[in-house]
Amino acid sequence: MAQSNKYRPGDQVRVRVDSPSGHYRTPTYIQGKTGLVVASCGRFRNPESLAHGGSGLPEQPLYRVEFTQRSVWDRYQGPSGDKILVDIYEHWLDPVAFRR
Amino acid sequence: MSGSQEGQHDHPESGEELSIYARRAQAIEALLVEKNVCTPAEVQGMMDVVESRSPADGAKVVAHAWADPEFKARLLAEPRSALAEMGYSLPDTTPRLAVVENTAQVHHMVVCTLCSCYPRTLLGRPPDWYKSFSYRSRAVVDPRGIMREFGLELDESVEVRVLDSTADLRYLVVPRQPAGTEHLPETELAKLISRDSMIGVCNARTPQTVPAG
Repeated sequence: MAQSNKYRPGDQVRVRVDSPSGHYRTPTYIQGKTGLVVASCGRFRNPESLAHGGSGLPEQPLYRVEFTQRSVWDRYQGPSGDKILVDIYEHWLDPVAFRR
Repeated sequence: MSGSQEGQHDHPESGEELSIYARRAQAIEALLVEKNVCTPAEVQGMMDVVESRSPADGAKVVAHAWADPEFKARLLAEPRSALAEMGYSLPDTTPRLAVVENTAQVHHMVVCTLCSCYPRTLLGRPPDWYKSFSYRSRAVVDPRGIMREFGLELDESVEVRVLDSTADLRYLVVPRQPAGTEHLPETELAKLISRDSMIGVCNARTPQTVPAG
């Protein structure tokens, strides 16, 4: 049962673009954006299943993913170092580059 | 069975109409109980935790973290067990509390763009502005503008990190300790720590800006 996480801190990922019917917790504004995994936050039951009476199993690894604000918003006003961090479940992430 | 549950909730006998949201919440709770998802005692227990907590609890924890760097390190690494040291027992369920620290180089600010996720088990209920569409939509696009409205002008050299609590974590911010307050006892330090500074939209107060009374 103890499958290992697909990503580790330092890996580059892209958020999937999707709008499944029902409940999901990946905000639209971050979909399609490329970010950096900065932390593994544990495994949790999948809210997309839980919200509709399902078991939420198998549990999904959850990651804290960091995006530079300027890569998310074309017209971000602040300095280039500003970031936005979003907690995203593994099945919403595609690999871009694994940390070597 | 749902019929037999009518009247188990306390509500005014004045004939006052409950709002549609209150009635919806009652209907959902009755269904959850009927389907054995949870018990009324569990619902009441969680309400009791949230209602018993307020920003004063968060301030007490942050003041202790300021005064004791080793405790702060444990709080950042393992919030649940660190809080247990102080007598706070957090539910062993999701959502889980996470703690981040603001420094001279990095400033965190918390939002929930999807709804109103908030560290209720430590701070109680969120303020209304935190739940507003305005805050939720603007916090991710223009965090520095929001902070300016709360009276904080951050230098461009500070990295702003907005945390969008979209999933199973709830974030508490440990604001920066104001310079020159190292000698103060924790009870005095706690007065400097506002609710808003633990959301990260502003800094802690200085002893000069603590409201009287």
